[in-house]
Parts: sequence; C-alpha cells; structure tokens
Amino acid sequence: MSGGYLTIRNLSAVLRDTGERVLRSVDIDLQPGTIRGLVGESGAGKSMIGKAVLGVLPKALKVVEGEILIDGQDLLKLKDADRRRLIGASTALIPQDPLTALNPSHRIGPQITNRLVDILGWTRRAAEVRALEVLEEVQIADAARVMRQYPHELSGGMRQRILIASAFAAEPKLIIADEPTTALDVTVQKQILKLISNLQARHGTALLFVTHDLGVVAKICDSLSVLYGGKVVEDTDVASFFNGPHHAYGRALLAATPRHTDPDASLLPVPDDVIAAVRAELGEADRQWVRHD
Amino acid sequence: MTDALYRIEGLRVEVADQTRKPLFGAAPRLRILDDISFSIERRSVLGIVGGSGSGKTTLGRTLVRLVEPTAGTLIFDGQDVTQLSDDAMRPLRQRIQLIFQDPMSALNPRLTIGRIIAAPLRAKTSDPRVAAALDNVGLPRGFAGRYPHELSGGQRQRVGIARAIALRPDFIVADEIVSGLDVSSQAQVLTLLANLVKDLGLTLAFISHDLSVIRRLCDRVIVLQKGKIVEDQPVADLFTSPSHEYTRQLLNSIPEPDPSQRW
Repeated sequence: MSGGYLTIRNLSAVLRDTGERVLRSVDIDLQPGTIRGLVGESGAGKSMIGKAVLGVLPKALKVVEGEILIDGQDLLKLKDADRRRLIGASTALIPQDPLTALNPSHRIGPQITNRLVDILGWTRRAAEVRALEVLEEVQIADAARVMRQYPHELSGGMRQRILIASAFAAEPKLIIADEPTTALDVTVQKQILKLISNLQARHGTALLFVTHDLGVVAKICDSLSVLYGGKVVEDTDVASFFNGPHHAYGRALLAATPRHTDPDASLLPVPDDVIAAVRAELGEADRQWVRHD
Repeated sequence: MTDALYRIEGLRVEVADQTRKPLFGAAPRLRILDDISFSIERRSVLGIVGGSGSGKTTLGRTLVRLVEPTAGTLIFDGQDVTQLSDDAMRPLRQRIQLIFQDPMSALNPRLTIGRIIAAPLRAKTSDPRVAAALDNVGLPRGFAGRYPHELSGGQRQRVGIARAIALRPDFIVADEIVSGLDVSSQAQVLTLLANLVKDLGLTLAFISHDLSVIRRLCDRVIVLQKGKIVEDQPVADLFTSPSHEYTRQLLNSIPEPDPSQRW
C-alpha cells in the first residue's frame, strides 16, 4: 500500500483500564480525491478511527501501536504542537449533530471565520470573503444575512450546510465526515450527500465517510472498509462489495439492509453463527497479537 | 372499510404558539394537524410516514389520547373516545398502547426488566404474564432480573414491546421504534413485530420516516406533509404509483444499496 493521502497501518488501541483492544491492527488507505466509507454496527469502532486521526480519542483509550500517516508524516511520532499544526492545516471534520456542533450564543459568520483567522493566520477580511464564497458554494441563498444569524434561527439542513461550508473553507486535503446525515430527513439527506460528493469531487478532497448505512455507501463512496469489533473484516471497492461481499459478515450486513425495490426479499438480521465466526476471528487475532508498547 | 378498529374523522390539533404571544391577549394558534381522516382496519398495520415536523408523532400521541384534539372525532371499536374523561378512558388505556422511540429514556433505569414489564400489569415480577411477554419478544426469561443499561439497543426496544403487549392490547402505536437501531437489530425488531401482529391479532400504527422499513411491515400507508394527509394507499400501490409529488420525492431519496445509480 502506498501513495494514499491518509494511510493507517496496523493501528491498535486499548482501553487503559482493562487492556482490552478496541481497535485491532487497523489498515486503511485513502487515496486523494476519493471517498472511503467506514461501515459497521454501533460499537464497531468506526468513529474511533476518525477520532484517532484527529487526535481526539477519549482519554480512556490509548494507541499502543501502528502508524497514522498524513501525506507521509506519521502523526503519532510528531510533537503535540506539530501534530496539531499539521492537522489544523490539512484536515477538517463534518460532525454528526449540526445542533450541538455550532455554538448557540455566537453568530454563524465568526464560527466559520474564527478558525481561519486564529489557527491559519488569515486576515479577518480575507476570511469573511472566503466564508461568503463557501456559503454560496453550499447553496445558501443570501449568505451575507445568514452570517449574521444565530444557529437556532436555521433549520437542521441549513445548519449541516454551514458545517460543510466551514469544513471546506480552508481547502483541506482530508475531511472526516462522522455520520453527517443521520439526524436529517431522507429528502434533506439526499441533498446534503449530493452536496458533499460534489464539493469533494470539485476540490479533490480525500474523504473518510463514517456511516452505518450501506445504502449511503452505495450512492457516494468509491471504496469501503467494513468493521466489526474494531477490526477491518473487509476492505474493497464499492462495485465489488455490492456485487458480492467476500466476508460472511459483509454479506450478512448487506442482507439486513432494506431495499424498497425488492419487496419480497425478507429482511434478515445478521445470523448468530456469522457473529460467532467473526468473534472467533477476533479472538484468534488477539491471541496472536503481541503488544509493542 | 367494513371492520375498522379505529376511525378518525376531521381531526385537527392546534397548540398555542407562545413564541409569538403578544404581551396582552391570546397567543396565536399553530395548526399541527389539519383535517385528518382515515381508518385502521382490525389486524392490519398502518404506516404513518412524513418528514420532521410533518406531525406524525403528534398524530400518534393523539391516537392514544396523550394529546387533546382541537376538533374532530376519534372512534375506537365503535365508541367515541374524543371527549371521554380520564376516568372513562382508563379501562380503554390498556387496550391502546404506545411504544416509544428511544428505549433508553422510556425505561426506568432503576427498575429491573421484570418490574418494568410488571408495572402496568400491577403484578409481581413472578407473574406468568411477565415470563410470557419475554417469551413473545424472544428474550431469555433470565433478563427479568437485569437492568436496562445491561442491554443492547435492540434488546431494550424488545423490552418496550414486551411491556406493551403484556397488557394484551388491541391496538399499538409504534413511534419510530427502529430508527435508533443498527440494520441488523432493525431487521430483528421488524421481523418480531410482523410475527406478533400475526400471532396475537394486533392492530398496529407504525410511525416512521423511512419508507424502506414501511414496505416490510405495513398493509396501508398514509403520508403526512405539514399536518395534512397527502397520500393514503395500500403499500404496494404507494411504491408503484405514488400519486403525490412529495411521496415521489420521498421514494427518490431512499439510498438503495445499489451502486449502479450514483448520486
């Protein structure tokens, strides 16, 4: 594996208290200008990978081995200040919940421009021009007025657009989107997903898309990693996954995803024997794993 | 429509809009539901679909009389229940049950599962109906001694279902009960509900924003937009020939797990 903008190699993280592994030797390769879906059920560790890249893992977790390379530089070997500078300049996050991600007591404008001014050293004037530009890019009409409004005055879809604008404002090379549409209606979800994939294509951003919805993956991702229990059980491109997943767990997950065009196919939960098999795989991996910290 | 269990005619729900209340005088009225009429046949599943703010949860709560209608009539099993007093309503309450969206906040964290299920029965946890309800939803009887935080989301939602069916109701309103769940637990809960409807002869109103889930379970679907019914059709017709633009939009927006049509 080489040439990815973001490359995660052999990353393991444990719970500080019990030593239990939460991420199990994760390998992920994200090419520039592509979208990789990170799929799994709740507790599979998909959000943890995004957090590990951004360096905001919960305190209860500790990375014990592996590399997170951004543009060839290993984040885990950098000093805190250098790592923050690199992340701040190259990476942005589109968070899950647009209501809690915006500060309710500040106007929209400064919430977009402050990051550019305080962290990236832009002038206030340049930042404001850029903010107007990206707000128009996410199809917000009357952007100048919206910049003076407060979050509560806007709908959920509008707020999510603002967070997307804010993520793209500094032209990041890498964006991590953590279930950005789960709080939205289907109709709004479609608009937002189209918007994200258009902007991503236009700017050539590498996008890591965390989701539990295989339908969404089919619509916008290029490749995907299926996680179970913090382990990547399948790593493939979208076309071959939906033509027939290689791993039994991937197949079961796809069978559990509803399709409205095929009403007679019954909806199957992931069978117990598949779960048992994938757990056994994890147990085997843990037995062979030697801690290197 | 020969055998309707529940008939709703001309239902309107308004609330006072306190954010625009003038200093003196009454607050302006905000219309949440407007001229809603439909009926639910015995032993059938009605899907109630709509976007956020369409009034689907308010409709569900009105059906179990947690929200007072402003106008209209609710006829449950031949009896007009619109104006019934709390006392007169009480015997009907156990025939009409509600299952909540978020099982974590709907289950008392300090009670064991057994006590949660036994509470509305006014029975002890050793009551055979508690064990029967756990059997019905496919949870081991030993779960009666556990607490909600020890269970997964799907298991908690089953407890919510067990509590509702333990009373042997005729009619259940299920408000977005699978939207917080993973696809796998979602499939389990949907299969369970479909079986319970068949085995126990339940009538169900299933509220959801997700049309792909609706198709599995429902016989008939109404689509709400801004408090009005814009579509009322048998489920197969809704998917093959939606009559309203909004329904078409909803259908179009479902992300099908099929990468040949990209967005």
